[in-house]
Amino acid sequence: MPLAIPDVKKTWTNAINTVTLGATKDEGGTRTKKVTVGGATALPFHHFEGKMPYPPAIAMEVWDVAPQDWPEVLAEHFRDVWHDPGLWAKKCVEQYGADLICLRLAGCDPVRQNRGPQEAAQAVKHVLESVGVPLIIWGTGNDDKDNEIFPAVAEAASGENCLLGTITEDNYKTLVALCTAYKHKVIAESPCDVNIAKQVNILATDMGFKPEDIVIYPTSAALGYGLEYVYSVMERARLAALRGDKMLSQPMICDIGIEVWGVKEAKASEQELPEWGAQRERGPLWEATTAYVYLLAGADILVLRHPQAVASVRQAIKQLMGDGLT
Amino acid sequence: MAKLTGIEIYKHLPKTNCGDCNFPTCMAFAMQVAAKKVGLEQCPHVSAEAKAALSEAQAPPMRTVTIGAGDRALKLGGETVLFRHEEKFHHPTVIAIRVRDDLPEGELTQRVEKINQLQFVRVGQLIGVNAIAVEQTTSDVNRFAQVVKVAAEKSPLALVLSSTEPQALKAALEVCAERRPLLCAATKENFTELAALAKEFKCPLAVRAATLEGLADLTQQIKSLGVEDLVLQPEISGLADGLAKLTQLRRLALEKNFRAVGYPVMVSIPESDPFLETAYAVTFVCKYAGLIILDGAERWQLLPILTVRQNIFTDPQVPNAVEAKLYKVGEPTPQSPVLVTTNFALTYFTVEGEVENSRVPAYIAVVDTGGLGVLNAYADDKLTAEAIVKAVKSYGVMDLVAHKKLVIPGLVAVLKGEIEDLGGWEVLVGPEEAAGIPAYLKNEWKA
Repeated sequence: MPLAIPDVKKTWTNAINTVTLGATKDEGGTRTKKVTVGGATALPFHHFEGKMPYPPAIAMEVWDVAPQDWPEVLAEHFRDVWHDPGLWAKKCVEQYGADLICLRLAGCDPVRQNRGPQEAAQAVKHVLESVGVPLIIWGTGNDDKDNEIFPAVAEAASGENCLLGTITEDNYKTLVALCTAYKHKVIAESPCDVNIAKQVNILATDMGFKPEDIVIYPTSAALGYGLEYVYSVMERARLAALRGDKMLSQPMICDIGIEVWGVKEAKASEQELPEWGAQRERGPLWEATTAYVYLLAGADILVLRHPQAVASVRQAIKQLMGDGLT
Repeated sequence: MAKLTGIEIYKHLPKTNCGDCNFPTCMAFAMQVAAKKVGLEQCPHVSAEAKAALSEAQAPPMRTVTIGAGDRALKLGGETVLFRHEEKFHHPTVIAIRVRDDLPEGELTQRVEKINQLQFVRVGQLIGVNAIAVEQTTSDVNRFAQVVKVAAEKSPLALVLSSTEPQALKAALEVCAERRPLLCAATKENFTELAALAKEFKCPLAVRAATLEGLADLTQQIKSLGVEDLVLQPEISGLADGLAKLTQLRRLALEKNFRAVGYPVMVSIPESDPFLETAYAVTFVCKYAGLIILDGAERWQLLPILTVRQNIFTDPQVPNAVEAKLYKVGEPTPQSPVLVTTNFALTYFTVEGEVENSRVPAYIAVVDTGGLGVLNAYADDKLTAEAIVKAVKSYGVMDLVAHKKLVIPGLVAVLKGEIEDLGGWEVLVGPEEAAGIPAYLKNEWKA
């Protein structure tokens, strides 16, 4: 006698918010492509019990200045274009198929070139003119500097429905006000802590900002450098959201390239560490693997650097979305 | 462990309140059994049927299965939660590398030796590949046994025997049964013969089927033949299908206490592109496999897979800390630097690794920060000037060196003045990131 299998499918009470980035000409922008993420009614890729209407999106990272410290296995792909963020963005979209561009305003960082608001706005405009995909614009992480450059940046991208970040518990008022005024979405950052993730969202919405216009950045750690903490924070946030917590129902973004390409496992050459094998594969695989793990925990947007990581993460997403299944 | 309530246990007791168990009533006794304070056997009158029913219900919802023998034995399964934050994952996924029996002799030995070398040290732990899965691809029964013999002789790792042919498995078992290999796998066509082999040679048995129903049917039939150390091997068609099947199997075992699938699960990864194969591997490390089999044997591929396993199977309730004491790197002399750091394991091992890279012998004075990293410990008042001075003084390290200089992490440069006042040493501000240590020690440090 065949055994009857008990039903283990779960029905959750709440769905993850959908967030659409980019605005076309009709909508007051100039984007030729929009990207929507979120909308899941179950845990990541649990197609057997719920919907995941939009696959996670891949953003490729572009800087407003040429980076100085990228290892050769990464730098070699961008050295021909990184003097010009427009060309760099174009290469990411046309050659590597990036869904989004994440423009990091690294040149404005006081420890780098300390560029001002006008130069930042110029870089934003230039990238917007160069590509048709929606933009993520990431500040320096220096509160004073971000508050100084974002007014010009948000205005330069007015109507384009970009994703701007980040706001934190200690610094949110300026950027939230700007995102309201110029109709952008915002990235809410918290230091690997579910309660603070929620708190930042509450602070922003208390200013009248719509919870549907927020994307959670739970911080990202590279594989081997605290990945498991972030993984569990993301799983807990996603479970709370599906159980009905509206202040954690936002899609999540993972800023992976910047973390991974700062650690030895990606940066060190074979000459330095022969026992770790070929850096040409090890570097991009360290980045891709970090992304694979966060996908399972609920990542909706992944910010990546290496073209090979981008290609293989895209392939993994396709498979996780059930491509080829009936 | 499946938890039984006092009421459920009470139903199976004689309900005579005789007191022979040293409790006044059957109910009182049942409550103590439920709380695991006393064992059921303390009741002399409980019936054999009741014992059987209760011990079945009290058994862990997922069986723990051992493969391999001696100090190389590996435990699979015995998991108790769906999410690691709820408790922890208990038994790290066994990573097995495939060796096909059609490899020419020379390549065979080479591959086995390459697999043996797939061991790494990360944050003070040895992490490595655990098993070799010999896969039958030729119809030559003796060839399969021959390859198994080579693997068994040349490798101390656990063995998985991948074949559905009873004759081939029997021939292989005759050369390696004492290693307690995993037989892989019983199907609805061969399960009678394979169960007999598993019984005869006392080995665990994998059970393969395309559907969850198929798996449940097979385990029931095999169990009735007296074999209980089983591992489920659902056939998967793609990553999403695999995730769906492993998630449902874990839920059936833990949430529904559905015994027919209360076993560890294994996945044989069907993908050969190393990047995509890695995606499969880490997906099933995170989501519920007790064992995975893959082709890749390159160091650059295994290091990330093994690191994911190390990370995900870390106990989330135990702060990852090293002992707060004085550590030596190399053979420090009175001219060697003294570096201060925290006892967060990741911080300590990163610092230690970079000091090693610098090839400059040094003392590392580890301050007890309750397992917090530099910035968190500073924010939490665990890495203060007082704490640093107290630790450094108690280690007596300043008596071991001729200079009176202390290197502190760049992230807490602000503590420099206070430490100098309290300790009476010269405080040097080191780099903010551990990666800067080699350059710092080579170019800037002077005794």
